[in-house]
Amino acid sequence: MTTATGPTTTPTTDGTTTGDDVALDTTYVDRSYRGGWRIIARKEFADHVCSIRFLILLVLVSLAGLAAVHSASGPIRDAADSATQTPSVFLLLFTLSPERVPAFHEFLGILGPLLGIAFGFDAINGERAQGTLPRLVAQPIHRDEVINGKFAAGISAIALALGCVIAIVSGYGAIRLGIGPTSGDVIRILAFYVVAIVYISLWLALALVLSVASRRAATAALAAIAIWLVLTLFAGLIAGVVADSLRSVPSDATTENVLDNARLELAVRRLSPDQLYKEATGVLLNPARQSTGILVLDEADLALPTTLPLDQSLSLAWWQLVTLVAGTVVLFAAAYVTFMRQEVRA
Amino acid sequence: MASASRSDTIPPPARTERPVAVRAEGLTKRYGETVAVDDLSLDIYSGEVFGLLGPNGAGKTTTILMLLGLAEPTSGSASVDGMDPTRDPLRVKSRVGYLPDDVGFYENMSGRDNLRYTAALNRLPFTEGERRVEELLALVGLSDVGDHKVEGYSRGMRQRLGLADALVKRPSILILDEPTVNIDPEGVRELLELVDRLSDEQGVTVILSSHLLHQVEQVCDRIGIFVKGRLVALGTVEELATDLDQWVFSVGVDGIDDPATVLAGVAGVVDVRPADGRLVVVASRDVRSGVHRAVTDRGGYLTHLAREGADLDAIYHRHFHEPGESRG
Repeated sequence: MTTATGPTTTPTTDGTTTGDDVALDTTYVDRSYRGGWRIIARKEFADHVCSIRFLILLVLVSLAGLAAVHSASGPIRDAADSATQTPSVFLLLFTLSPERVPAFHEFLGILGPLLGIAFGFDAINGERAQGTLPRLVAQPIHRDEVINGKFAAGISAIALALGCVIAIVSGYGAIRLGIGPTSGDVIRILAFYVVAIVYISLWLALALVLSVASRRAATAALAAIAIWLVLTLFAGLIAGVVADSLRSVPSDATTENVLDNARLELAVRRLSPDQLYKEATGVLLNPARQSTGILVLDEADLALPTTLPLDQSLSLAWWQLVTLVAGTVVLFAAAYVTFMRQEVRA
Repeated sequence: MASASRSDTIPPPARTERPVAVRAEGLTKRYGETVAVDDLSLDIYSGEVFGLLGPNGAGKTTTILMLLGLAEPTSGSASVDGMDPTRDPLRVKSRVGYLPDDVGFYENMSGRDNLRYTAALNRLPFTEGERRVEELLALVGLSDVGDHKVEGYSRGMRQRLGLADALVKRPSILILDEPTVNIDPEGVRELLELVDRLSDEQGVTVILSSHLLHQVEQVCDRIGIFVKGRLVALGTVEELATDLDQWVFSVGVDGIDDPATVLAGVAGVVDVRPADGRLVVVASRDVRSGVHRAVTDRGGYLTHLAREGADLDAIYHRHFHEPGESRG
């Protein structure tokens, strides 16, 4: 990011007077007033990165990630000798979940939204509460540059935090395993990184909507946390209950019954962005995985023990990816439109 | 503007149209049923200090927001420095310094950093911005506390920081919304002296809104009185006093049971209200003889009869307390 001291094209007011009267000088210099969102984004990004919130979340997510990678690395090391043919051993660090500890990408699916919420829930209502919004929009910027800049700053902060976490976790994993990632692994990790940013940006956009709609930051934060709990932690329970009540599995169930139940449960589960993210990253991080849907054990056994190239993995998860991007765009558009329609003075 | 071409030898005409800095034509803003600003037409001249007076909710802030392009007029138009704020908001906002009602700052940032942010938003080159911020902090007397977080600032300090903030962009027009609210009398005096100085030395046009006339009348060249979204009076302090044909008398009456009713019956009397054991009679002309006759006819006598200065406070109060119901 360039600093404000970049090459200045605007000529300084040469020959201005010295001393006291400069302070009252009203010489008007016509300037180009484009790119105001970048100035806002720069300030907001600095605020985010220097905040306690950022530090706490970075530590929290890093610790969770280290725990996940640590528990995954044990079995990988044990099996390392016999599994020399296993492709992408390194990537298993992110997806293997022995001993009931969630895998790294699942952890990120649960904790990641907190990052998005933290950088967005008080974006607009915080300005209102402090009384800075009228002052801000009275500067030569377009009104939408306020919310655009804040969204850009939030995404940048998320990208930075995630980058740190993935670097820390990968480094630790490499030390534990004694091997580094192959170039193919690195590309898949980068793809995972991008998907995770999109997924967390969706939560950022949701938090922005709430910060525009709710006058109080505390209300917005609570609403965001409630939605987060329902969509990530309770979504599995809810989907199970819905599936069991609509497609109950009797005691003498046929395979078809069980499958129906499982399909419905998965369909309900997919209403949550968490599930879409998990399916997409699961495929991206595991080249051997050949489906995002339900695999009956037979099929799983029959599935060819080959690995997919990255583009094939991407095509497996394309609709999950598209839905995540679309959800982010729709939520941000909602925040944008609502903000533009609001009065400056509330 | 000040440095007009010296070679121009044509003497200025004796009576010229003064250059207009801000013009409103039929400016109207409705929120659903309520009319916040009703058909406002007004010229504010370049270099003057204009007082926008009126009670809270009279439409002063809405007017200001429309001038800045931050609220769209329902009908009518405004022109600021020759530009339409609705069509060209960025250029208008680059020339108009605005101190909002109840100004707020980023509490966790220092006063200096708050001003730096404003300088950046106004695209001041870095070094120029730094210099400007220092000058303004010195101007408003906050150099010593410039690096302290704003959360520790008093109201008066915030208001002065707000004035500095509005000046960062070197505005040709300065709009101050209720700048004297909630600060102590000394703070008010300092602030208004600064405004006066800016106007005198730099020719900055100042629009100052307030609901307290006596605080701002000495700095205002002209005053517009706003009641319920309408401009009910406009002019210099002297003009307002005479043009409105405002005669105010203080009357003391004895020997009559209900003197207020009697005085209200005198031709020319507009309003009678009790004040400090006497009666204040507001009239459209000199009614002293009529008052005298009416009182003596009923067997009473006058203990006191004097013309009060046709002061603006009285006019101001009349407009506030009779907010136009009689208009029908």
